[in-house]
Amino acid sequence: MSRRVAGKGRKRMKRNRNSPFPAIYLGLVLLLTYLPLLLVMLYSFNAGRLSSVWEGFSLSWYRELFRDRSIFEALRNSVVLALASSLAAAVIGTLGAVGMARTRYRTNGIIEYLSTLPIMIPEIILGMVFLAFFSLIGLPFGMTSLIIGHTIFCIPYVFTMVKARLAGMDPSYVEAAKDLGAGELRAFWDITFPLLRPAIVSGMLISFAMSMDDVIISMFLTDVNVNTLPIKIYTQLKTGVTPKTNALCALMFAFTLVLGLLSLWISQNGKAAIAAGNGDRGEKEQRL
Amino acid sequence: MKGRTGLRGRAAALALLPIYFTALVFVVGPLAYMLALSFLSRAETWGVELTFTVRNYLGILAPVYLQTFRQSLRLAFLCTTLIALIGYPFGYFMARLPQKWRRILSFFLVIPIWTSSLMRLYGWIIIFRAGGVLDSLLMKTGVVQQSLKLLYTYPAVVTGMVYVLLPFMIYSVYASAEKMDWNLVEAARDLGAGKMQAFFTITFRLTMPGLLSGVVLTFIPSMGLFFVADILGGNKVVLVGSVIQEQLMKAHNWPFAAAFSVVLMILTSLLIYLYRRITKVRDLEGLV
Repeated sequence: MSRRVAGKGRKRMKRNRNSPFPAIYLGLVLLLTYLPLLLVMLYSFNAGRLSSVWEGFSLSWYRELFRDRSIFEALRNSVVLALASSLAAAVIGTLGAVGMARTRYRTNGIIEYLSTLPIMIPEIILGMVFLAFFSLIGLPFGMTSLIIGHTIFCIPYVFTMVKARLAGMDPSYVEAAKDLGAGELRAFWDITFPLLRPAIVSGMLISFAMSMDDVIISMFLTDVNVNTLPIKIYTQLKTGVTPKTNALCALMFAFTLVLGLLSLWISQNGKAAIAAGNGDRGEKEQRL
Repeated sequence: MKGRTGLRGRAAALALLPIYFTALVFVVGPLAYMLALSFLSRAETWGVELTFTVRNYLGILAPVYLQTFRQSLRLAFLCTTLIALIGYPFGYFMARLPQKWRRILSFFLVIPIWTSSLMRLYGWIIIFRAGGVLDSLLMKTGVVQQSLKLLYTYPAVVTGMVYVLLPFMIYSVYASAEKMDWNLVEAARDLGAGKMQAFFTITFRLTMPGLLSGVVLTFIPSMGLFFVADILGGNKVVLVGSVIQEQLMKAHNWPFAAAFSVVLMILTSLLIYLYRRITKVRDLEGLV
C-alpha cells in the first residue's frame, strides 16, 4: 500500500517536472513573430536605397521622412480618424451596453447581435457594403465616411468589453447609492461610470489601434484627397519601397508599443480598482 | 420591478437610442442594400439598373470564378490548419505558465495584433525578396547556390497569411485554456489516465471552444485579406476578396461584387452558426 502511494508521489513529481520544450517553443514562435518587425526597423537605418541590402548606418531616411509633408498629412488623418471613431464608439457602445443591462426590450438581443456583427464578417464585405450604401444615401466620401465606417467596426470592441465588465459588477453599489438618495444620472456618474472606466478605456485603445491599422475598409471609403497612413504604406509597398517606408513603420511601431504599455498600465490599475471594490470578477477585459 | 419605471426606464431607453440607430441604419441598411444590389443589373455605363436578375449569381458559377472560390477555400483551409497546428500548442503552453509570465507573454502577443499588418508583411518582403535576408543567409551557409525567388509565390502568401492571423488563434486557445480547471486533468491522471489520454479526454475537449473560435477568426479573414495575396503573391494568388475588390474598384460592376459578397457572407454565417451549434457558446472565445 505504502509503496503504491510512494510510487504515485513520484509519478506526480515527474508530471510537474519542467520540460524545457514549452519554453523553447514559446520563445521560438515569439522570435519568429518579431523577426520581420525587427528587420523592418533595422533597415530603416540603412544608408543604401534598397531595403534588403545593408550598406551602413544612417539616419538620412528619417530626415527624409520628416521632410515629407504628405506623410504628415496622412498621419494627421489617421490620428483624427482613430480618435474620432474610437470616441464615438466608446459613447455609443457604453451607452448601449448600460442601456441593455437596464432594460428588457425583446429587441435588445437582435440589436446586440447586429452591433457586434461587423467584427465577425470579412472586412472586404464591410468595405463593399459601406461603399455601396454611402453612395446610395449620398454621403460624401472622405473623412465623414471614414469616421462613420470606422465607428461601426469599433463599436463591437467597446460594447463587448463594457458588457463583460457590467456582468461582473455587483449591482448593490448602484442600489446603495440610490437608497442614499442619488438619482439615476448621479448614480451612473458616481458609481457605474468609474467602475466601467477601465473597460471603456481598453475598448477605446483596441478601437484606436484597429482604426489606425485598417487598410481594407479605408480603401473603399476614402477619396483620392484623403490618405491615411496604412493606405500610404500600402501604395508604397505596391509601387516600390525605400527605407523611408521602414522609417515610417519603425515610428509607428514605437507608437504602438507606447499604446500597448499604456493599456497594460490601465488594465493593471483597473484590476486594482476592481479588486478593492468588488472581488476579482471583471476578468475578461484584462486579457487585452 | 424596482428601478425599471419612471425616469429610470426612460433614461435607459435614451441610452439605447444611439446603438439602435447605428445598428439599424449602418449595419442593417448596408447589408440589406448589398442583398438588393446583388439582384439588380449593371447599367451600360455607370451605376445600376433597377431590373431584377439572378444573372450575377449565375455569373459566379462561371468556371473562372468557381476556380477562384476553390483556390481561395483551399488556401484558407491550408492556412487555418497550419495556424491551428502552430497556435494551439502556443496557447496551451502559455496558459500553463505562472501568472507573471502569462501577463508578459500576452503583452508581447497583443503588440503584433496592434501593429499595422502591412508593416508585418513588409518584414516578410525583406526576408523573401530575391537577394534578401533569407537568400543571403542560405547562400552564405551554402544551403542553396542561387536565389530561391520566394517572393510572389504561393508559399510566400501562405506564410504571410499564417503570420498575420496566428495571434488570433493563440488568443482564442489561450482564453479557453486559461479558465480551464486544471484539477480535472490532475483528477484524470490520478484515476490512471495517461498523459495523452488525459489531454484528449479533458484538456482538448474543454479548449475546443477556443480552438474553434480561432478557426472561425482565421478562416474567414483568410478568404478576404486580399492585400496579403497582393503584396506577397504578386497577382498569382487570387482570393475571393481580390475578386470583390477588383469588381468594385476596377470593373465597377457593383451588382456582381454584391452577389460575390452575399455568397461569402453566407459561407461566413454558416461557419459561425456551426461554431455556435457545436460549442453552444454565443460570443467567439477570446474575441476581445
